[in-house]
Amino acid sequence: MIVENMEIISQRNIASKVYELVLKGPELVHLASQGQFLHLKVSEGTDPLLRRPISIAQINQEKDELTVIYRAEGKGTSMLALKQAGEEVSVLGPLGNGFSIKETKPGNVAILVGGGIGVPPLYELSLQLVKVGVKVVHVLGFAGNDDVFYEEKFTELGETYVATMDGTYGDKGTVIDVIEEKGLTFDTIYACGPTPMLKAIENSFPEKKGFLSLEERMGCGIGACFACVCNVKNDPTKTAYKKICTDGPVFAIGEVEL
Amino acid sequence: MNRLNIELPGLSMKNPVMPASGCFGFGQEYAKLYDLSRLGAIAIKATTVETRFGNPTPRVAETSSGMLNAIGLQNPGLEKVIANELVWLEKYDVPIIANVAGSKVEDYILVAEQISKAKNVHALELNISCPNVKEGGMAFGTNPEVASELTKLVKQVSDVPVYVKLSPNVTDIVEMAIACEEAGADGLSMINTLLGMRIDIKKRQPILANGFGGLSGPAVKPVAIRMIHQVSQAVSIPIIGMGGISTAEDVIEFFLAGASAVAVGTANFVDPFVCPNIIDDLPRVLDELKVDHISELIGGSWK
Ligand SMILES: Cc1cc2nc3c(=O)[nH]c(=O)nc-3n(C[C@H](O)[C@H](O)[C@H](O)COP(=O)(O)OP(=O)(O)OC[C@H]3O[C@@H](n4cnc5c(N)ncnc54)[C@H](O)[C@@H]3O)c2cc1C
Ligand SMILES: Cc1cc2nc3c(=O)[nH]c(=O)nc-3n(C[C@H](O)[C@H](O)[C@H](O)COP(=O)(O)O)c2cc1C
Ligand code: FES
Repeated sequence: MIVENMEIISQRNIASKVYELVLKGPELVHLASQGQFLHLKVSEGTDPLLRRPISIAQINQEKDELTVIYRAEGKGTSMLALKQAGEEVSVLGPLGNGFSIKETKPGNVAILVGGGIGVPPLYELSLQLVKVGVKVVHVLGFAGNDDVFYEEKFTELGETYVATMDGTYGDKGTVIDVIEEKGLTFDTIYACGPTPMLKAIENSFPEKKGFLSLEERMGCGIGACFACVCNVKNDPTKTAYKKICTDGPVFAIGEVEL
Repeated sequence: MNRLNIELPGLSMKNPVMPASGCFGFGQEYAKLYDLSRLGAIAIKATTVETRFGNPTPRVAETSSGMLNAIGLQNPGLEKVIANELVWLEKYDVPIIANVAGSKVEDYILVAEQISKAKNVHALELNISCPNVKEGGMAFGTNPEVASELTKLVKQVSDVPVYVKLSPNVTDIVEMAIACEEAGADGLSMINTLLGMRIDIKKRQPILANGFGGLSGPAVKPVAIRMIHQVSQAVSIPIIGMGGISTAEDVIEFFLAGASAVAVGTANFVDPFVCPNIIDDLPRVLDELKVDHISELIGGSWK
């Protein structure tokens, strides 16, 4: 974990309100791994004040580059979207415990399930799984046709299914619908997306080995402020907790209350 | 010559800058980034008798140049704080201020008595100003008689000097401060957070699960400066000032208002190196102002 001023190499609008940002810096990249996140300072001044947590979508060690993909939704991310190549961004990271690729044996099948802006961290995960010989299947869910991104990039790595809630692209329905309708089988499941999607995955595949990446509003991002805690499953005292920023954002299915 | 050292009851500080309670955990996280011995002191997260989980999430919400929090005093509890966190901190050459909280008078007394015996705890900060708990907390800090009574009882059991952390959510902060001084407080620390709320316009409900929370960050700085300016003229005990500090210039402003040391809270989330950066930058500002020692500035706006 370090703070580095990273240079913007490129910023591209890749779907409705969704931007792909490539950042370059000599140090942070070499500490990063799949599923970790960055805490980005989007402005120099005090408004917006807090950093924004954004997942690492791709790590390019040779070029000292990191890619993040985010939706320009509120004040901070909208300001980030205005930044141009050549400008700098203060980055705190890499943060958290990401996806472990060791949990899937070479030759086994891993299914990677992403919902909307939860899709990005699955890309670096997929690259790493493919590298060690895991067969990857991707199921990506979006709201509609305008929201879809990275379909081709995932397709290059393995079988890829896209579903939209309104049916304007791919299959109509949820990611769970796709897995069931296509009869997809797998050894491990990795998922990132809205909490209802993660809950549905937990309920649909309780016996499977799986890992979920969670979100929560954060302060520090490094474990000091207790903003981002969640309860641990099967804890009658309700005092045990995990911090999403440092113990997570990735947890094994069944580890924490969603 | 050290131009920054400050002597306060119980606290012999290399410099006047400490992280504020609740914004620095028990130091472990920031120790990965820099040597904690560089700090003037450390105010650790509030400690209660029992382990506390705190409030449901979301617990933080951003505001214009500030943030709301409703953490709800989550901490491992007295026993664990003494056995683990404080022992871990012993390797650093830095005085610790233990922030003491509770929902009943007996809780405060128990925590104060035991935690004040820890080797590296050089002072207590009596948290009678947490806005995020249903019982206790701020209820002790908005009524001068109640605050005075609690201060007296804690003073009786504490082995180290006691600083009372004041809530800004009162009509007359001077009255509160005088009540604490008369009850035997060795110092004051101010301000804790200001009660506030934000509403999500799409969901039509508060952003914080707790409804409201405590406002901190640059947005509250003028309130803190005003209160310290008033209180420092009315009492003779020293004040640890806080509320929106993020630069060396901010520290100077707090000194001029009447603070003798400062705590930096929210700014740690924005820049985790903010405390050492401010410490390193202070001599430059003293040069610019042609001041030899920072203590010369205490109360400089009214003296
Ligand atoms: C570990 C982690 C990884 C993430 N990865 C990505 C990603 O790769 N791409 C992406 O688009 N988004 C990601 N998010 C969500 C992203 O952090 C929020 O969308 C973003 O912070 C919203 O900021 P804003 O300026 O648009 O909104 P504002 O409304 O201005 O935000 C106000 C405050 O609320 C916080 N906040 C608002 N929504 C969220 C949210 N959903 N999650 C956490 N904090 C929130 C902000 O950080 C800020 O502190 C991730 C969140 C977490 C916790
Ligand atoms: C996330 C968070 C947690 C806090 N927890 C505590 C606490 O446990 N005890 C306490 O006395 N004050 C607590 N505070 C208040 C700070 O110590 C400080 O008084 C206040 O935030 C103003 O300073 P700032 O603007 O520099 O943050 C907390 C503040 C924040 C933002
Ligand atoms: S964001 Fe501060 S503890 Fe996780």
